[in-house]
Amino acid sequence: MQESMCMEQSDADLIAAVLRGDAASFEPLVAKYSPRLFSTARRYARRESEVEDIVQEVWRKAFQKLSSFRGEAPFEHWLMRLAVRTCYDFLREHQRSRERSFTDLTDPENDWLEQFVRAPEEARDDSDAARQLVERLLAMLSPAARLVITLLEIEDRPVKEISALTGWSAALVKVRAFRARAEMRKCLRWIAQEKYL
Amino acid sequence: MNLSELQNKLLAAARRNPPDSHVPYAFEKRIMARLTAMPNPSEWLAWSRALWFGAAACVAVALITSVLPLQASVDEDDSFSEGVEQSIMASMDDFDSIQ
Repeated sequence: MQESMCMEQSDADLIAAVLRGDAASFEPLVAKYSPRLFSTARRYARRESEVEDIVQEVWRKAFQKLSSFRGEAPFEHWLMRLAVRTCYDFLREHQRSRERSFTDLTDPENDWLEQFVRAPEEARDDSDAARQLVERLLAMLSPAARLVITLLEIEDRPVKEISALTGWSAALVKVRAFRARAEMRKCLRWIAQEKYL
Repeated sequence: MNLSELQNKLLAAARRNPPDSHVPYAFEKRIMARLTAMPNPSEWLAWSRALWFGAAACVAVALITSVLPLQASVDEDDSFSEGVEQSIMASMDDFDSIQ
């Protein structure tokens, strides 16, 4: 009964309760927004243990910085800003281990590329091989390039929103997007050279 | 190979396959256990303040201990020059008294 009443409370009520010292009121927020955070973290980390670490870190920051949430924008927006910045920190911490080449492609990935070379329009973009290839490609990009390509090209977010999420100016987002596309084309050129030259 | 077409195709593949939003079992319970086990932020604040006060006191002691010997050496220089002057003048006094 008490739990159902708690679930009916708005985010603002729950946050106010947490700030008054009732830490248990934070749990409904965790339950409500964790699916969104897991979905975001899975865009940047492959291993499930890393995904879980990212989401835990986001919730730890949210709990510690909750007093800085002023309630002018929805809690979800504030939380997503924390999530995107935590994912970016994760990418920067792990950039030494990012993939450098396309030499170890699986058979389905090779087949998909062969198909694309023979008849580009017949290479299906909903296949697992295409999904794995794009994951490899994103893993080769620098942290800033990967973040901006994900937000701008894959999630289709406007520049202004990306600027709010990342804390970068709109001009910087555009510059980084331009560089990211160039970086992506360079990686694709490597594939073409490694496989077909 | 048309690279821009390949790029568009792969980005389309990424758009068509949004990541899973599955949350591990009892994740919120684990998070709450960790968060409540964490020290209260006000305790961190008290610790950081105490450390800053400690650091300021250390700097003050370091400054005092480095300035005092300098002051003492200046005083010693004065007494040394006075001593030299007195000993020279003493010999002059002795010379005057002999004459």
